[in-house]
Amino acid sequence: MREYGDEAKILAGGQSLIPVMNFRLAQPAMLVDLNRLDELDYVRISEGGTLRVGALTRMSRLERTPELGRFSPLLAEALPSIAHPQIRNRSTFGGSLSHADPAAEAPAVCLADGARFRLARSGSDRWVHATDFFTGLFETALDPEEILVEVELHPLPQRTGTSFQEIARRHGDYAMAGIAASVTLDAAGTIESARLVYLSVGDIPVDAQVAAALLTGEVPSAGLFEAAAEEAAQRAIEPAGTIHATPEFTRHLVGVLTRRALTTAVERARRPSDHE
Amino acid sequence: MSDGYRVTLRVNGAEHSAETEPRTLLSDFLRHDLGLTGTHVGCEHGVCGACTILMDGEAVRSCLVLAVQADGHELTTVEGLTPDVEQLHPLQEAFQEAHGLQCGFCTPGFLMTLIPFLEENSDPTEEEIRSALSGNLCRCTGYQHIVDAVQLAAERGRSDSAAASEVEDGADH
Repeated sequence: MREYGDEAKILAGGQSLIPVMNFRLAQPAMLVDLNRLDELDYVRISEGGTLRVGALTRMSRLERTPELGRFSPLLAEALPSIAHPQIRNRSTFGGSLSHADPAAEAPAVCLADGARFRLARSGSDRWVHATDFFTGLFETALDPEEILVEVELHPLPQRTGTSFQEIARRHGDYAMAGIAASVTLDAAGTIESARLVYLSVGDIPVDAQVAAALLTGEVPSAGLFEAAAEEAAQRAIEPAGTIHATPEFTRHLVGVLTRRALTTAVERARRPSDHE
Repeated sequence: MSDGYRVTLRVNGAEHSAETEPRTLLSDFLRHDLGLTGTHVGCEHGVCGACTILMDGEAVRSCLVLAVQADGHELTTVEGLTPDVEQLHPLQEAFQEAHGLQCGFCTPGFLMTLIPFLEENSDPTEEEIRSALSGNLCRCTGYQHIVDAVQLAAERGRSDSAAASEVEDGADH
């Protein structure tokens, strides 16, 4: 990597990079294939009680990991929407995050979960929060000499409910819009904290903090969800418009998804057994 | 960096070894270097599913894997479903009987997607079948007959295994 710099590309699952190479949109001078690094393919619970996922863990393996539900029910819920079974048999968790496609599910989920990423280079490594990792369209905090090696997910706090929702034209297609929502209630049922992260609506996953702040300290109600949905749809995002969705339509979808996700997340927060 | 790499792998139970460029896709390697043209190439960017094969028993798109990455692995292509090409696999028979194909171009990909799916799930619902096949495109049949074929194959698989276990039970007594 040091020798080739930007000319080199890391090949993980290859389910995004190889299509781009097949189209000759990317023509890396050097490909570094990580697939024989079995030591990066693991899911384990650390001594500190967090879930550690090796960057080369395939999506299909995560689908078959029951413990995921205690740490990231969002990811467990999003996995079936990540492309198709044949893709998930190759696609890796770390590869999807490093590729940083704003339409991808894993980056939005990691942001909503407050995940941490371990980035390694020859001789050293550092931890970066998901919030600081996604810096632009297909751009991340990774230096050319670094690779993402591990993701850390924390156990879901008490009285927390989550909901992942997306709208795609066909199952497995890239979503026109999607949301990863997380809501924590206090003992009295008031919203203690909330997180609303959107995919496919900008250059990076959009963390709608103002919309989430509207919910904090309030008693859940349809009117409250509507206010958060309105804020997210009208102010948190700036959709550019695509061939499949005008900016107005994307705002509409974000509003609908926000209401649905908040309703489900709060229901689940009230019934914590759902996630245990 | 266009030096040849030697790739040695098992395909349908037989060992093969050939020199290839690092950029060669596994789908092209199978078709051009090994002459196994049953694996079809449709979109070449992971959308259509026609090139689906089994790599170490799991369905993958061979157009999204480089041939050099398959070195040392075990592959199954549609040619490996039966010991001889004149024979049909029960899943192929079900496709034929339920009219699960018209032009047949997409069929190898459907079959190879379904083999591990039916092994894991012998009694799938229609919804599960449609979800399993979401990554395979067919432009002729409209999918209904394909779903019928899968249900037929699953039904026969279940009655076969029931019959087999009856025979085993009989042997016990």
